[in-house]
Amino acid sequence: MSDTVIKIDHVTKQYRLGTIGGGTLQGDLQSWWARVRGKEDPNSKIGSKAYKKNEKFLALDDVSLEIKKGETLGLVGTNGAGKSTLLKLLSRVTAPTAGEIYIKGRVASMLEVGTGFHPELTGRENVYLNGALLGMKRREVDKKLDEIVEFSECEKFIDTPVKRYSSGMFVKLAFSVAAHLDNEIMIMDEVLAVGDMAFQKKCIDKMLDVARSGRTIIYVSHNMNTIRRLCSRGVVLSKGRVIYDGETEGAISLYLNNAKMNKQRLYDFKERRRPDFMTDKVFMESLEVLGNEGCVYNDGEKVRFRLRFRANEDIEKLSLRMMIHNFDQSPIATAVCPDFMSCTKGKTYERDFEMDVEPLSGGEYKVLMAMYESDELGSVFDADAVWPGLIFDRVKKSSLDWKPRLFGDIELKEMEVVD
Amino acid sequence: MKEEWTTVIKPKTGWLDINLKEILEYRDLIRMFLKRNFTSAYKQTILGPIWFLITPLMTSSMFTVVFGQIAKISTDGVPQFLFYMAGNTAWSYFSSCLTATASTFTSNAYLFGKVYFPRLISPITTVIYSLLSFCIQLCLMLILMVYFTFGRGEAVHPNAWILTVPLMVLNMALLGLGIGIIISSLTTKYRDLSVLVGFGVQLWMYATPIVYPLSQVPDFLRKIIMLNPMAPIVNNFRYAFLGCGQPEIKWWCMSAAFTAVVVFFGIILFSRIEKTFMDTV
Repeated sequence: MSDTVIKIDHVTKQYRLGTIGGGTLQGDLQSWWARVRGKEDPNSKIGSKAYKKNEKFLALDDVSLEIKKGETLGLVGTNGAGKSTLLKLLSRVTAPTAGEIYIKGRVASMLEVGTGFHPELTGRENVYLNGALLGMKRREVDKKLDEIVEFSECEKFIDTPVKRYSSGMFVKLAFSVAAHLDNEIMIMDEVLAVGDMAFQKKCIDKMLDVARSGRTIIYVSHNMNTIRRLCSRGVVLSKGRVIYDGETEGAISLYLNNAKMNKQRLYDFKERRRPDFMTDKVFMESLEVLGNEGCVYNDGEKVRFRLRFRANEDIEKLSLRMMIHNFDQSPIATAVCPDFMSCTKGKTYERDFEMDVEPLSGGEYKVLMAMYESDELGSVFDADAVWPGLIFDRVKKSSLDWKPRLFGDIELKEMEVVD
Repeated sequence: MKEEWTTVIKPKTGWLDINLKEILEYRDLIRMFLKRNFTSAYKQTILGPIWFLITPLMTSSMFTVVFGQIAKISTDGVPQFLFYMAGNTAWSYFSSCLTATASTFTSNAYLFGKVYFPRLISPITTVIYSLLSFCIQLCLMLILMVYFTFGRGEAVHPNAWILTVPLMVLNMALLGLGIGIIISSLTTKYRDLSVLVGFGVQLWMYATPIVYPLSQVPDFLRKIIMLNPMAPIVNNFRYAFLGCGQPEIKWWCMSAAFTAVVVFFGIILFSRIEKTFMDTV
């Protein structure tokens, strides 16, 4: 007998697009009667031709996985990749359209913290109710009650109805119940991020204990740090398919790149609206990012791009300005390429540029691009500008958890102690 | 390679896929649900569980005034209050089983969508919970029977038919459960039915000999009324406690057979729906 505890065998889950049926018996009968007479369905929406009733959507497309005993599997993927659908199937909330899933052992699923908690019941009663919902016997809860209450840090309030709890106490108690289940398989959907920092750390430590005790954990999260700490194996889902299965680090970097896959590499500026106050002496036509597939720049990598533009007038000193904006769309830094050329009226040019983004902290940035000319006195006249000229991601290895809200978007070189 | 899987999740299941053993394993959940229902129903009310007594008393008083005093419908020589109370006790058990079960899927959607447990647990809990209020009402009725017999010397004749009361209760529970789960299975798609249940149950009550004895029903109507599966049960229930009218054995058997069919189809439908209802509800 092998030590596989979950075997997912070519599982497909299909949803129908649009509403299912008319929603009322009358509506369905009407539609049916119309079909019988060969008439148009009176309930179909106008202009919904392209959106045929039988159009299908595959939330999971032929997924096969085997999970061994004692593994902690991190499941990552963008929204809509099918992670939650897979967890729902595993926890038997809904059934697959095709394929089979084999499970060995009891499954405890935490798709949400505090499922079934009743506001009128006391903390203690809710522990029993929630425990029973998750498949625990009364005796098991009896045995673990003290441990659960202690873990939740709610000793004082355990005989108070949970409707009087603060939201933090509520989730702490709810998580504690689930964390103390004895089930062989634990399924968790982004539930470790509850409570304050100290409690989150406690949760992860608890789950690490669980993993060490030889039980199997399947964990879904968008928080790569928790995945990294907790999981021994990573699976990446994308559009309902498994696109990666292996080392956690590999899964994380693929996910991070995949999440950013939708970044454009080719920008066409021809149809873009321009700000009014431009002199229109040049016209930027397009931009192409060179190298770097996903526009993700790690330490030491530079943003390289090719800019194509047309000169509407003769210009002596043409310059380029890249104004980098953070996710709040506030300008945070600017790179300039001064006086790089002069151009003649009517000609189209192509130039390659390189921009150093080393000081930027990790995150997504947008660039407001402007070409300008400057006269002898140093006055600047903007000739053309586009927003956003370029969107890119910066991934930075930092010695601390960088919080842009507190630290800003520029991470300067690390300091050194000087004697 | 042969493996010992504890759970196999398949797309479609057989027609009758109810795992009774699993339901037994979850009996603690039934107990917690009962406790939850009880606590939440009467938390922050002044009278608390006394409401269990007030509702039947008020209903029976109202019936006494309207149907007994104003409409002057005969009660076969039994004290009017007891007559209505007996009918109402039986009927309210059945109707609460039916209405609560009928909304199983829609009212528990949030729970069913997040965690797995045998879905049949919910209707079963409902039936047991209703039994609680039924028992309280029954006790109240017995006390009143004693009062009417000894305090006021009225003619009340409880008889050996009382021994069949548990069977009647079972029959009502199963009938309510059966019809309820059929409706709940259908309401996942058609919400109209939940509207129907509300007034349907009310109309059904008048088609059942609750506010009138069977003896007052004209002959040609009586057969039609007895086709109503609740009619013979209510009639026999009242006969057992009060000794009024005639026990109806043949019709009760019909009713029991009908119940069996309804429960059978209900469970089939339920087990078909329960696996994927989250996608349609």
